[in-house]
Amino acid sequence: MTLPLIIYRSLRQHALSTLVTAGSIALAAGLLLTVWVVKTQSQAVFAATNSGFDAVLGARGSKLQLVLNSIFHVETSPGNISAADFEMLRRNPMFAGAIKHALPIAVGDSYHGWRIVGTVETLFDEIEYAPGRRYAFASGRNFKLGTEEAVVGAYAARQLGWKVGSTFHPQHGVGGDHDHEELYTVVGVLEPTNSPVDRVIWIPLEGLQTMSGHNPLAKTEISAVLIQLRASTAGLMMNNVLNQSGGKLTFAYPIGTIVAELFNKIGWVDRVLTLVAWLVAAVAAGSVLVSIYNSMSARQRDIAILRALGARRRTVFGAVLGEAAVIGALGAAAGFAVFAILAAVVASIVRAQTGVVLEPWQWHPVLAWGPAALAGLCALGGLVPALKAYRVPVAETIAPVS
Amino acid sequence: MLDVVQLRKTFVAPDGERVEIVNVPAFALGAGAQLGLRGESGSGKTTFLHLIAGILAADSGTVNVDGETMTTLGEAERDRLRAAKIGYIFQSFNLLQGYTVIENVVLGMSFGPRGADRGHARELLERVGLGTRLHHFPRQLSTGQQQRVAVARALANRPRLVLADEPTGNLDRKHAHDSLRLIREVCRENGAALLLVSHDESVLREFEQVQDFAQINAALRGQS
Repeated sequence: MTLPLIIYRSLRQHALSTLVTAGSIALAAGLLLTVWVVKTQSQAVFAATNSGFDAVLGARGSKLQLVLNSIFHVETSPGNISAADFEMLRRNPMFAGAIKHALPIAVGDSYHGWRIVGTVETLFDEIEYAPGRRYAFASGRNFKLGTEEAVVGAYAARQLGWKVGSTFHPQHGVGGDHDHEELYTVVGVLEPTNSPVDRVIWIPLEGLQTMSGHNPLAKTEISAVLIQLRASTAGLMMNNVLNQSGGKLTFAYPIGTIVAELFNKIGWVDRVLTLVAWLVAAVAAGSVLVSIYNSMSARQRDIAILRALGARRRTVFGAVLGEAAVIGALGAAAGFAVFAILAAVVASIVRAQTGVVLEPWQWHPVLAWGPAALAGLCALGGLVPALKAYRVPVAETIAPVS
Repeated sequence: MLDVVQLRKTFVAPDGERVEIVNVPAFALGAGAQLGLRGESGSGKTTFLHLIAGILAADSGTVNVDGETMTTLGEAERDRLRAAKIGYIFQSFNLLQGYTVIENVVLGMSFGPRGADRGHARELLERVGLGTRLHHFPRQLSTGQQQRVAVARALANRPRLVLADEPTGNLDRKHAHDSLRLIREVCRENGAALLLVSHDESVLREFEQVQDFAQINAALRGQS
């Protein structure tokens, strides 16, 4: 009980500096956890996000750009391919046997920043966007080809305030240059899928191809083909045939690996953020050192009294070290509150920008070792003042010699 | 109970010269005895008490407390012996300001062999008239009350020897008299020997046995 009492009383005596120091550690812990969790979560979630498709076929260019545009509905399209290429895919016996589903999409229009994608009814009727999970309608129904009907993702519908019966004029380009003449009516709102699909306004394929003001060539072109394969070996075969033939097509497969490339490319950002987080943690540990060290002159007398009462040097050393560790632990615990706020903000931004839902509270080892390492770092910061406490000269400090 | 033989302590003065502060060829105090030690300021009596308590290490000589030779022990063992067998009442009380009255006493006990005994601490504080001030902080007490806390703390571990360094120096005459009586009574009740140093003749007059530190400390004779 001696050591806890000494630590508790010391913390109480220096309550303000304890709070300020613990607060700075909480910020450091929150930042460290947020950087780490968001980094690992986003890599895992983005790599696993494929909306149920194994590959994308598109115009010759960057596979990453093709995947980002077709699956995540960000970035610009690398270009169009002709409808004939799509037909080739369906009719070529070599490919036809390998493909379970091939869905054409057309992109290029939007509504106040929300992307409009043209596709076929099959997407919502037959495709599983995740194993065992098909698209479901929160209200309404699927669109019909040949009509000016739209199905809206859950997030977009909520943000736009749309429900079944809402109408809109598509706007040209992803920046929305001008309104098209066509008036589309929302006939279905999807249940949330926690995927990029939630951010998209879906209309029939030919609606986008034949939209007023579009290049007449668009009628015979599509932006990409989303492909579900029967087996992964088929993907390798198609990869060889379509990518290495030097043709005009790009076959992006497998999607997860291509997305992982993105994180490899921006890996330096992760490293910088992690470095910043650790620097903040080091500064927090330094603040423990400074706050306790600065109060050592005031504490010397108490330490000398304790020593005169029989406390060993190692007891007062342990008390100061323990105090630093407790401040670190308090800060690290409060860091979870900071993490909750920061992670919620980051997760909402990621969701708004990509439709992908991060779950920051999903178990990750950093949630245990991060705060523990920080508390340990703070305890290390207590070493210097603890050594000072260890060396306090009792006789000189406790009373004037007579 | 307490035997001091050829005890010497020197310090290095700011001019680099080594100055002898304590040189006590022989000094003894029996179990349960109470002795007033007369000494002027700067006579080295606090250093003498520090050497007995093991707060300072002697240059040479021996201090034997209740059968254990303090001067041959390492620092940690001296700390243990002090916590177990010696109670110390300081002139300025040296109470821990951030701790309550009972915590001051309990903390003093916790370094001794019996460990913290809140019940005994409470009894002692009631004995010195502070039963209603257990959870007050020192700054909330009068000077006399603070001194009584220091007395209770010094006796909390049932020490065999109590060292008191000008314990009434900060009190007025009336409170000094009451306080001294209390210290002597409580030491007697607890069977502890008392060595009290003071330069105040009115305090020393209360003792049946008084010695002059100048006669014990050969270092003072050398300086004169």
